[in-house]
Amino acid sequence: MSSSATLAEIGRPLVQRRSLWHYWRGGLRGSEFTWAVAFLVPYVVVFLAFVVYPVLYGLWMGSRPGLYVELFSDPIYQMTVANTVIFLVFGVNLKLFLALMLSGFFMRPGCWTKLMLLVYVLPWAIPSLPAFISIHWMLNGDWGLLNNALYEVFGIDGPSWLNSRWLALGSAICSHLWKWTPFWTVILLAGRMSIPQEIYDAAKVDGATGLHSFAHITFPLLGNLYLVLTLLATIFLLGDFNTVFFVTGGGPANTTHLLATLGIRDAYDMGHPELGVAAVMSALPLMIPVVVVLMRKLKNTQVQL
Amino acid sequence: MSITITRPPMPAQTLRPTQRLRRAARRRRVFGHIGAGIVSAIILLWTFTPIYNMIMVALEPKGDVFTTTLFPARPSVESFWIVLSQGFWYLEFFWHQFGNSVYIATMVTLLVLLIGSLTSFSIGRMRIRNGWLITNAALLTYVIPASFLAIPFYLIMQHYGLNNNPWSVISALVTFATPYAIFIFQEYGRSIPLELDESARIDGASPVQIYLKVYLPLMAPALVAVGTYAMLLAWNEYLYQFLLLSSKQSMTVPVALAQFTNSDVAPWNYMMATAIIYALPPIATYYMFRRKMTAGLTIGGIKG
Repeated sequence: MSSSATLAEIGRPLVQRRSLWHYWRGGLRGSEFTWAVAFLVPYVVVFLAFVVYPVLYGLWMGSRPGLYVELFSDPIYQMTVANTVIFLVFGVNLKLFLALMLSGFFMRPGCWTKLMLLVYVLPWAIPSLPAFISIHWMLNGDWGLLNNALYEVFGIDGPSWLNSRWLALGSAICSHLWKWTPFWTVILLAGRMSIPQEIYDAAKVDGATGLHSFAHITFPLLGNLYLVLTLLATIFLLGDFNTVFFVTGGGPANTTHLLATLGIRDAYDMGHPELGVAAVMSALPLMIPVVVVLMRKLKNTQVQL
Repeated sequence: MSITITRPPMPAQTLRPTQRLRRAARRRRVFGHIGAGIVSAIILLWTFTPIYNMIMVALEPKGDVFTTTLFPARPSVESFWIVLSQGFWYLEFFWHQFGNSVYIATMVTLLVLLIGSLTSFSIGRMRIRNGWLITNAALLTYVIPASFLAIPFYLIMQHYGLNNNPWSVISALVTFATPYAIFIFQEYGRSIPLELDESARIDGASPVQIYLKVYLPLMAPALVAVGTYAMLLAWNEYLYQFLLLSSKQSMTVPVALAQFTNSDVAPWNYMMATAIIYALPPIATYYMFRRKMTAGLTIGGIKG
């Protein structure tokens, strides 16, 4: 786009004022140019006031090296980093793998599958907060539905799910999967649907079974999309505040925080905003490479998707 | 002249393998059905457990919340009535707070559609020079997690004097939803021929007229998809509303609701009833516009 605009710019003085061809190739003139700029003003204002300013302000807030010394020596922060890595590795991969498998299930013909899909996407439509406080109560060791059910069905006393670090973290990951797997399944389902049926038919003639056609057709064709989704899911999950905040509340004893929730805790509960910003900014070494790769990939994948 | 295709007679020895293949296919189909049944059962159980829990607790009458049964012994819809009639002290501003949520979601949806469509019209249809710079800026915003900007955002809202004002939340949500709108609109706009704008221009239409009379009507499906997305985003969001709205009059339903998870005497049945009522509008919207939204996801970007 930029190169064609530059070419039009070079050619501009030579052409007639009323040439349509150049008008549409970037040669906007007079009032039309003014309008084009005016249409951009709202977004530019939003971008400068609510993206550039907070980002610069945040970078400035978290720029004192002493903050990081304080941060890294905090045992809660060290645990938080471990939690974030665990959450990312299991959350992203389980979610996308399940989504990939389930999108295959939803490709089955018949109205039963369509009905199941309608039910299955329900968690995506429910706002996070009602869903997560319900899960929080459900996991209560004494009165929660889960332990009641375990007792009624198997006659065993379930553990206090939210009173141990690992069970609580696992619960948070499962809650995240509950809420967000449908969303990624729908995207992968759309990806699968865009693969022409003829390829599968041709493979069937050659004797390929379900597993073969998945390994040699579906996966290679969805590979790029799957990679982009992995990167996107990584970033979205890194910024996921609601799951841990409502399901575990960072507890027990601040052992299940993620960087996003720890940042808010340091800034508001501890009254130290700079430390909160520093906690969040310590994710930048992971985020920047992901964002760079993602920005390149998104541009190419968008049209294919 | 007609062409007739006659099937060559099938040799006798190939019949047996065909039969075997057919039997194998039938067996696979049966296994497939059993597998689908198991997967369906797991999906139903998995999806409905938290929802069932929500409904069950909401149906419990006062005092029965701390029980160990799977179904309320004396189910009643009392909690819903208490919420709707604001009959409990923490629910005293329920309808006002619900109104705040509706106001914020409506404003976010309208502004996202307006700003997003104007930007995409200027870049994608009028082809303003260096428009790709703005596309890239939007792309970058799209991949910044909103929760990472919350602290500086909260502080600059004080600079702007928007503390405890719904417009602070609206501006935050517009900031994070517009990039998605710009992508969808640009991708969708590619399918609309530029010649339409061109012929309108020859007929003497100004850019504003082209935008209103040619661009917007043709973009209707994308507008619905993005509008639904923006509305659900606003309804789903908690962190910014929690940080930026602190008084009972200005806060939204989720903020009021979350305040009570921390209190010692949390009335769980009322809270779940509130949660269900709060979850109904987005569910209705979602199922109404589900197809359009899925189409939106497949046109362009992806946002959770």
